[in-house]
Amino acid sequence: MTWIPATDAERGEMLAAIGVRSIDELFATIPEHLRLRKWQVPPGRSQMAVQRILAETAARNDTGTLSFVGGGYYDHHIPAAVDALASRSEFLTAYTPYQPECAQGTLQAVYEYQSAVCRLTDLECANASLYDGGTAVFEATTMAVRQTRRTRIVCHESLNPLYRRMLATHTANLELDIVDSEPASLDGAACVIVQNPSFLGTVRDFSDLAERCHAAGALLVVSFYPVSLGLLKTPGAMGADIAIAEGQSLGLPLSFGGPYLGIMAARQKLIRKMPGRIAAATQDAEGRRGFVLTLQAREQHIRREKATSNICSNEAHCALRALIHLCLLGREGLREVAVQCHAKAEYLKGRLIEGAAGIQLLNDGPTFNEFAVRLPADAESVVERLLDRGIHPGLPLAPLGAGERTDLLVAVTEKHTREDLDTLTEALEQALCN
Amino acid sequence: MQLIFETSRPGRRGVRLDPLDVPEATLPAEFCREDAPNLPEVGELDVVRHFTRLSARNFGVDSHFYPLGSCTMKYNPKLADAISALPGLAGLHPHLSSSPVYHGCIQGALEIVYETEHLLAEIAGMREVSLQPIAGAHGELTGALLIAAYHRAKGNKKDTIIIPDSAHGTNPASATIAGFKVVQAPSGADGTIRLDAFKNVMNDSVAGVMLTCPNTHGLFEPDVHKIADLAHEADALLYYDGANLNAIIGQSRPGDLGFDVMHFNLHKTFATPHGMGGPGSGPVGVGERLAPFLPGPRVTRTEVGFGLEMPPQSIGKIAAFFGNFLVAARAYAYLLCQGDEGLKNVARYAVLNANYILARLKDAYDPAYDTTCMHECVFTATRQAKAGVRAIDIAKALLDRGFHAPTIYFPLTVKESIMIEPTETESKQTLDAFCDAMRAIAQAAQDDPESLHAAPQTTPVGRLDEVRAARELDCGCL
Ligand SMILES: Cc1ncc(COP(=O)(O)O)c(C=O)c1O
Repeated sequence: MTWIPATDAERGEMLAAIGVRSIDELFATIPEHLRLRKWQVPPGRSQMAVQRILAETAARNDTGTLSFVGGGYYDHHIPAAVDALASRSEFLTAYTPYQPECAQGTLQAVYEYQSAVCRLTDLECANASLYDGGTAVFEATTMAVRQTRRTRIVCHESLNPLYRRMLATHTANLELDIVDSEPASLDGAACVIVQNPSFLGTVRDFSDLAERCHAAGALLVVSFYPVSLGLLKTPGAMGADIAIAEGQSLGLPLSFGGPYLGIMAARQKLIRKMPGRIAAATQDAEGRRGFVLTLQAREQHIRREKATSNICSNEAHCALRALIHLCLLGREGLREVAVQCHAKAEYLKGRLIEGAAGIQLLNDGPTFNEFAVRLPADAESVVERLLDRGIHPGLPLAPLGAGERTDLLVAVTEKHTREDLDTLTEALEQALCN
Repeated sequence: MQLIFETSRPGRRGVRLDPLDVPEATLPAEFCREDAPNLPEVGELDVVRHFTRLSARNFGVDSHFYPLGSCTMKYNPKLADAISALPGLAGLHPHLSSSPVYHGCIQGALEIVYETEHLLAEIAGMREVSLQPIAGAHGELTGALLIAAYHRAKGNKKDTIIIPDSAHGTNPASATIAGFKVVQAPSGADGTIRLDAFKNVMNDSVAGVMLTCPNTHGLFEPDVHKIADLAHEADALLYYDGANLNAIIGQSRPGDLGFDVMHFNLHKTFATPHGMGGPGSGPVGVGERLAPFLPGPRVTRTEVGFGLEMPPQSIGKIAAFFGNFLVAARAYAYLLCQGDEGLKNVARYAVLNANYILARLKDAYDPAYDTTCMHECVFTATRQAKAGVRAIDIAKALLDRGFHAPTIYFPLTVKESIMIEPTETESKQTLDAFCDAMRAIAQAAQDDPESLHAAPQTTPVGRLDEVRAARELDCGCL
């Protein structure tokens, strides 16, 4: 029996102690006609067989030998120590730190994670954690609605279209008024949600918008790209009230969409409106520093239908990975990663638009590590031609409703070498000129 | 222990990159941060030692018996760790699903999504499953949104969801966040829903009913099919909170019990690790009525391979892609290993182990309900509380004896509740050692209550001052 240690003799002893003759008797409370009659579940397999089956299945995916696909999720280098440390089973097989004395490892890591997020964003408090970058937009929205008691939400064009669609799904049954372009007046708005860099890669400074929001009594919500904050102006410095992010770029593999990490930080005055777990420092009777979950009266297990959110299980282990990753890179390391991402993207951008193939930039304005181009041909057919060489040249924008059939979003990270960038340039030119 | 920030030294570096091999580029200063982010400046060994030491300050399933009720802290097979690290899965970009031109690159991943969804549907007697919801509570929210979409499509004006008082806090929170009013159905003295009380709250405004079965008292709801009939007569839908599926997997299926929609907790029943609080995964299953509304895109299978399709009536996107895919891949590996017989034994031995604990402890602690239980047993420490020893004291005393504590003070319907869920993966030796410790604590509650107030003494810190934490609100070193 897989992973069940009981021997026949032990089962007999246990049944005798309980005072029944068979395990089936213990299921007598389930009415007979509601018991399982048959199901189509295949017989069990050995671990060896399952490992082989899944290795073969995984090998039927093609991660590409050279990829420039981004769109909010990026292939950054993950130092080996992240895996080595995070895979310690004292972290992996623990649960929510309901008993703080035997979960100080978890709680101190959470406190340090919150500290790192605040330092990264220049905001005053952070939770640990939300599900991902998309649900973080929804959580920030309901937080702004609770804080302002208003129902109009303004979504800026910079926002990832997937996040926008997730917001629509999550709020379908709420009476909110979600608008997609900035109205003439922000009066009556609960919040404006922007993203920096934008989904198409453009970098902006939203300080003016923050002022306009505050003048109208609305909150500014900034969705940021964590790695970019090694270089870019922070949400806090722009005057954001709530900053949210997809934390994947901080030490999490691409994983075909998850598990990822929803980051949220905010102004201190909003902490009681924040969803999710928050750790705080305190002491025991002997004055030793320790950490506990705090402000739990916000949460569903205490407040039930009046809670700030329904979140219970979160992405704590992903937050640990992000923390370890940030510590390994450190102050200078994160800046270096960001500087290299930017410089390499600028190099590629220059080579692509200076070439003879007629590739144009979709937007002017500064970009960080990603930019959108308009090709002189259908983007998907160009991608198809490069796939044979193992190159994933970027993300066609039309299927996402974020561009024309000719438009492609190209992302660069510190992992790309100059040679990689030249290879893409040449491959694209070849595909376009033939 | 020091904070990692307190070990920082200016100029120390951890991981470095190769030198930049393209020309430097500049970004106008107005778009840049003024100073590098104030992250710790530490070496790789500093980081390794720090987190290794932190890990030693935790209890986990691998190191300690962890009978946390309602959480199903079973052993997490190492095989699943190996599967989730496969480069073809961990390295796969989710946006390859966004454009058909890349769909040839994701056939293996789509197969895993497709097969896992189909296996889960079969296990629960549901018509279809979506892996999108990221945790159990996210599955509840998805379920509530599906119920809302169903009534909207039919032109029904229904705005209320009935939830028993014994339900987990996420149930009322999820229903509210989805836009519903919540009405509570009280449990009777025997710990199950009273049919007459249920009829009192059931009316035409009820859109859905959320049940946990067995409920959080560890008891199967004997009237579940009658409740299903009553709900369906009024065109209300029945939601199954799958947190307790470990009790009935392979013995009875939510779909056959009359449920229309449910979530699974892959991090409970399907043995994926809890990771200090997450990631989990909360796939949602639906019967015929709700299948057209499932989140999309859906994975479809044709002669040429797997593809994606957005159903016309879909509620849209609950996750950006396919939810916590690597968690689902772990669960899929677990399912393939267990198979038919393995899964049937999961519930059988989970229930055997819980009843064994109940039998061994019921003279030392008062069971909340005088009957056999399913996969978890609930006690009330009121007898001990009269001697001044509360559930929390018992929990802390267990830590000193080398066990993680059970869930305490939940369910809210039981005073001084102690909720013990051993799971099927624990041996009789472990259960006996735990019961011996519990009995010794009950004895100490009579003989020397003070000793229990002083617990825990073997952990890195003693009981922590939560009032001070909430007052000072030091939630980060900035
Ligand atoms: C009975 C019950 N329902 C729902 C949930 C919520 O599940 P999750 O934590 O995965 O969101 C839990 C989690 O502990 C639970 O015990």
